[in-house]
Amino acid sequence: MNVSAAPHVRSNDTTASIMRDVAIALAPTLIFGIWNFNRYGYGLNAFLLIVVCVLFCVATEYVYEKLMKKPITIGDLSATVTGLILALNLPATLPLWIAALGSIFAILVVKMVYGGLGQNFMNPALGARCFLVISFAARMTAFPAEFAGVSTGVDTVATATPLTALKAGATVDITKMFIGTTSGTIGETSVVAILIGAIYLVARKVISLRIPASYIITLVVFVILFGGKGFDVNFILAHICGGGLIAGAFFMATDYVTSPITPLGQIVFGIILGILTGIFRLFGGSAEGVSYAIIITNLLVPLIERFTMPKAFGKEAVKNEK
Amino acid sequence: MKESNFKYIINGLIKENPTFVLMLGMCPTMAVTTAAMNGLGMGLSTTVVLILSNMMISALRKVIPDTVRMPAYIVVVASFVTIVQFLLQAFVPSLYAALGLYIPLIVVNCIILGRAESFASKNGVIASMCDGIGMGLGFTVALTLIAMVREFFGTGTIFGVDVIKHLGYEPISILVLAPGAFLVLSVLTALQNKLKAPSATNVPKGDAIACGGNCFSCADSGCASNHKKLADAKEAAKAAKEAEKAAKAAEAEAQKTE
Repeated sequence: MNVSAAPHVRSNDTTASIMRDVAIALAPTLIFGIWNFNRYGYGLNAFLLIVVCVLFCVATEYVYEKLMKKPITIGDLSATVTGLILALNLPATLPLWIAALGSIFAILVVKMVYGGLGQNFMNPALGARCFLVISFAARMTAFPAEFAGVSTGVDTVATATPLTALKAGATVDITKMFIGTTSGTIGETSVVAILIGAIYLVARKVISLRIPASYIITLVVFVILFGGKGFDVNFILAHICGGGLIAGAFFMATDYVTSPITPLGQIVFGIILGILTGIFRLFGGSAEGVSYAIIITNLLVPLIERFTMPKAFGKEAVKNEK
Repeated sequence: MKESNFKYIINGLIKENPTFVLMLGMCPTMAVTTAAMNGLGMGLSTTVVLILSNMMISALRKVIPDTVRMPAYIVVVASFVTIVQFLLQAFVPSLYAALGLYIPLIVVNCIILGRAESFASKNGVIASMCDGIGMGLGFTVALTLIAMVREFFGTGTIFGVDVIKHLGYEPISILVLAPGAFLVLSVLTALQNKLKAPSATNVPKGDAIACGGNCFSCADSGCASNHKKLADAKEAAKAAKEAEKAAKAAEAEAQKTE
């Protein structure tokens, strides 16, 4: 008989059921993204990008496991979710082959080489996004300009995202940013759509609010202290609704593998994320810093967990843990 | 040339390749391999310094007091590096500009100090020269390979010659940046291990010691103790087998008498 030590916690959660919930939660954002960029003439391309990302992520995992003669794990849907999240992070104008390359990088280099799901040291989708941003900087920031009419092809004039405009000193329309009819990557524009998915995840108890809340609050405090505008509501709201903050806080920073499991650790994790994002946004060269903040903080997770591990009941505090 | 000297060259080139097997000299490996020409230039400069310093240190090995050997090695190596630096500056200024700070840094390259400490200080001048040639060429080949892969994918050229760029290839520019060096180095090392290229770390299955117990060209004290351990283990296994045999025989004997 196979008896483990108490407590015996029963749970019907499986990796597949959790990943299915995440995929459902991402749906409103993705659908809104397709609709939003359809107005710019890139709806079809946005849709194809999502399909290509998912297909290549799953196929890469399958082929790798076949070649390495390992059990096939594409049924746990984690590769599908990686593909969806990567697609959220791409501009709708991106050529499909770059999305395919990013997907292969996400699964092969960031995930499988380190031992597959549970072993990856950073969020695969964000690792791939940063790989693409560094490699194809111009294409990854070619956000479509708002115009009425037909697409003129890949070389359409790129426009500033609200956050870039904000950094340049322009004023931005918060209502538009909240609803999401602005330019940016496919899945980052609409705060409403992301919040719908986030509420679903919280209601299903897939994620807790510790990471997103501490992340966003820290960033707000940072912006008030160092933004140079004091307590300017418009400026603060623009920083919350702009860029990938909301999507990053709810969908990417909460990734189980690359975030701390201890409650205190999760809050520390969120605070570090907020500070890093603030530094990148306010003092960095680029207007956005969410993805870099998340992958850098991912690397700190083992350290955070080590210092926030709760004391087991009945045990003396171990002083010099080795 | 004596056969053993030839072996020293092959040893450095393949079996104990300083980059892919010994993992020494990682700083220049990462930093200068952005273009094939730079990799080759760095490799050859290091080779020249390595050969000359190995010979010089080997010749002086009985004169240098053991307690101050490190400063003495550094002085020898630094002198040769300065010569190479002036030569590069005079005759190939473009390469000199591209390598920049990394030429003076050859002084503290751990391949050179490592070979001085573990080989040249214990072997004759000719053997040390051959070791220098082997190690230097191994370093050069490795650097050039890494640089070629990075240049090919990162800019679409090899040695500055347009290979796939004119076909509309969009360079993956991360490969000519710092992360690319780590990616390419790890992939090439993995390939080398996968293909079971002969090396000090690719050992046939079942051997407990990483070096395989083959003490040829291994000058460290650790290796000798490893060798002793291996021999002891073999002895022990033999003794155990014989004891088992004897016990069985005794048992059979006992049964017979009953």
